[in-house]
Amino acid sequence: MKSRKLLLEHLDVPGIQGIEAYVKQGGYSTLEKALKKMSPDEVVEEVKKSGLRGRGGAGFPTGLKWSFLAKPEGIPRYLVCNADESEPGTFKDRYLMEKIPHLLVEGMILSSYALGANTSYIYIRGEFMYVLEILQKAIQEAYAKGYLGKNIFGSGFDHDLVVTPGGGAYICGEETALLESLEGKRGNPRIKPPFPAVKGLWASPTVVNNVESIAAVVPIVRDGGEAYASIGIGKSTGTKLISACGNLARPGVYEIELGLSVEEFIYGDDYCRGIANGKKLKACVPGGSSVPILPHFLVTKTAAGENRLMTYESLADGGFQSGSMLGSGGFIVFDEDQCIVRNTWNFTRFYAHESCGQCSPCREGTGWMEKVLHRLESGKGQMHDIDLLADINKKIEGNTICPLGDAAAWPVAAAIRHFREEFEWHVTHPEEAQKRNYGLIQQPVVA
Amino acid sequence: MVKVTIDGIEVSVEPGTTILNAARQIGGDAVPPAMCYYSKLPGTGGKCRTCLVEVAAGSAADPRPMPKLVASCSTPVQDGMVVNNKTSERVHNNRGGVVEFLLANHPLDCPICDQAGECHLQDLGYEHGSAKTRYEEERRTFDPIDIGNKIKLHMNRCILCYRCVFVANQLTDQRVHGVMHRGEHAEISTYIEKAVENDFSGNMIDVCPVGALTDRTFRFKSRVWFLKPMEAERNCTKCCGKAVVWMFGNEIYRITARKDKYGEVEEIDQKTAWLCNDCRFEKKDAADWNILGPRVINRQSVISQGKYATTIDKPVKRIG
Repeated sequence: MKSRKLLLEHLDVPGIQGIEAYVKQGGYSTLEKALKKMSPDEVVEEVKKSGLRGRGGAGFPTGLKWSFLAKPEGIPRYLVCNADESEPGTFKDRYLMEKIPHLLVEGMILSSYALGANTSYIYIRGEFMYVLEILQKAIQEAYAKGYLGKNIFGSGFDHDLVVTPGGGAYICGEETALLESLEGKRGNPRIKPPFPAVKGLWASPTVVNNVESIAAVVPIVRDGGEAYASIGIGKSTGTKLISACGNLARPGVYEIELGLSVEEFIYGDDYCRGIANGKKLKACVPGGSSVPILPHFLVTKTAAGENRLMTYESLADGGFQSGSMLGSGGFIVFDEDQCIVRNTWNFTRFYAHESCGQCSPCREGTGWMEKVLHRLESGKGQMHDIDLLADINKKIEGNTICPLGDAAAWPVAAAIRHFREEFEWHVTHPEEAQKRNYGLIQQPVVA
Repeated sequence: MVKVTIDGIEVSVEPGTTILNAARQIGGDAVPPAMCYYSKLPGTGGKCRTCLVEVAAGSAADPRPMPKLVASCSTPVQDGMVVNNKTSERVHNNRGGVVEFLLANHPLDCPICDQAGECHLQDLGYEHGSAKTRYEEERRTFDPIDIGNKIKLHMNRCILCYRCVFVANQLTDQRVHGVMHRGEHAEISTYIEKAVENDFSGNMIDVCPVGALTDRTFRFKSRVWFLKPMEAERNCTKCCGKAVVWMFGNEIYRITARKDKYGEVEEIDQKTAWLCNDCRFEKKDAADWNILGPRVINRQSVISQGKYATTIDKPVKRIG
């Protein structure tokens, strides 16, 4: 089954980075239609009907988020695009911005019209400097054509779009840290409440959306919310960009219809074409490094034996006990030669490095877990360290200001839950663990 | 007015009051500890997570419990909210976890720390700490930096409450220090070695909950519990001139602001009685001050054990 493509439809059109080719493919006609024929509330309504859920990881319904935006008189409102994509394993937004920058620009103008924002910002990860240049060029082209600036399409709607690079901190992908950083301050997450919908950028009502969510607004308004909602299953509607990486025969960014089976995605000819070099699947992190890891026997089937699908619900089936999350769509696959302890340490090292250090559980806890995991990985761990790890991450989870603490705790908890025997093997066979990997774990037999 | 129940005790408070401040109106065991929140410094709070409480019912309108523990210092109460603090096992466990985190990299050099006896982390350690640490790693250390001849910065002891940053932002003309780096490596620093000297910078010492910022003019002079705290005042053009002088015999060893039972600088005539650096560091002669009488230290800490809190329960008679 080949998925319909809404975002990457014109990916192969030569010169699609430029405005001429983009307009030739129907680009900016959706914007024109909306500005000339639709009221802002009608645009919001279409997005609500589409069932679009935030593509940054949390999966919160975008239309609902938009409807929370406070609209006090005389205070400007802002739309901010979160392009600070830095979750390990996730590289879909970069791909979209790099290949079809005008889709994001059009989506930004369209969404800003819906929200009544006259200025919007794209906050882009500092490491993506070359993408920033691509976006800036696209914005200049849009200004030159009159799609940005004063009185767009004669509708009376003025809009300015600014793209700003971050300083290279993962934490600035958290929406309130992003706003702090955008204001020129240290990127510490804010204490909530107040939420950005009430007091966001410069204390004004603000909506922060992921790149892919904003880009998806264009096909939603073009085809109508109902057409978009007809794709997918249940509350997982539309298409989703999945960045597949790891030991796959054909890793890369794929646009899939939600509802595709995980098995088809990993092994299908249109997608990843199985595990590289004829190896066996060992484990999979389906939604970016912060979601729980799944052992091979829970990747394509749920604990209840049902086919696992690429949807928010199916991937989360079984809760954290036997499920995971769709998250940001950073699909990481491990073959039988990979070491889960080493990988868990690697992830934790990342979170310890990226913690802002503002609240104690995250600042101290992530660093502590990193050190314990490093010891375990290098064969210097003891059996009680495994329980200690499990306990530390329980003390972090839910007790922090922002979700980074949870993001650091979940992968460790899941790795211990599913791969405990591999951790124990590292303790009991410290020398062997330095020379070879543990291999596949067995599916526990349920009595 | 909205009604909120904390540990089974109902209290009516103004709408918008935080859970912590509602609990302070009840007093006693219902009050969660606070290491970073400081009622006199707007914007503080939410960081240390020691004030976590369990919300068993969100409000009368929506009585569902909140799934996560919340920071009581930054969560406003709702009418009909039911909060568990001391009575919740879950709060006790998680608060213990936070204290463990705070102590993980703390040097535990209380025997040589000037803050000992009036240290909030020490108090929390007594309440929640275990006798043995589970932290087997090497403790984090920072290179010492010199921030001037009045204030001593011990970064190794810091818990990053950010209070001193707020003092510099709100009380002094210009903030010259802040938090550098991030995560484990975050530190209070002036970045380039620069003296923190401003008329009101000394208040950083008073707000610091641990021994990270201590008074250099009092350094290693005495343990605080050997000194006699006396209320004193002087005419000062810069500040209110109302202080506590800590004496040994007739000698003044150190001068602090007047602090309440939560360790916060008191309000006098509706104004927070911050001290200027002149009063704090320069006026160490008993003749500089009009000494009013013994100061009652009403705080659950080593400093109030024994004579100060228990023996003086009558109003203080003014001397002179």
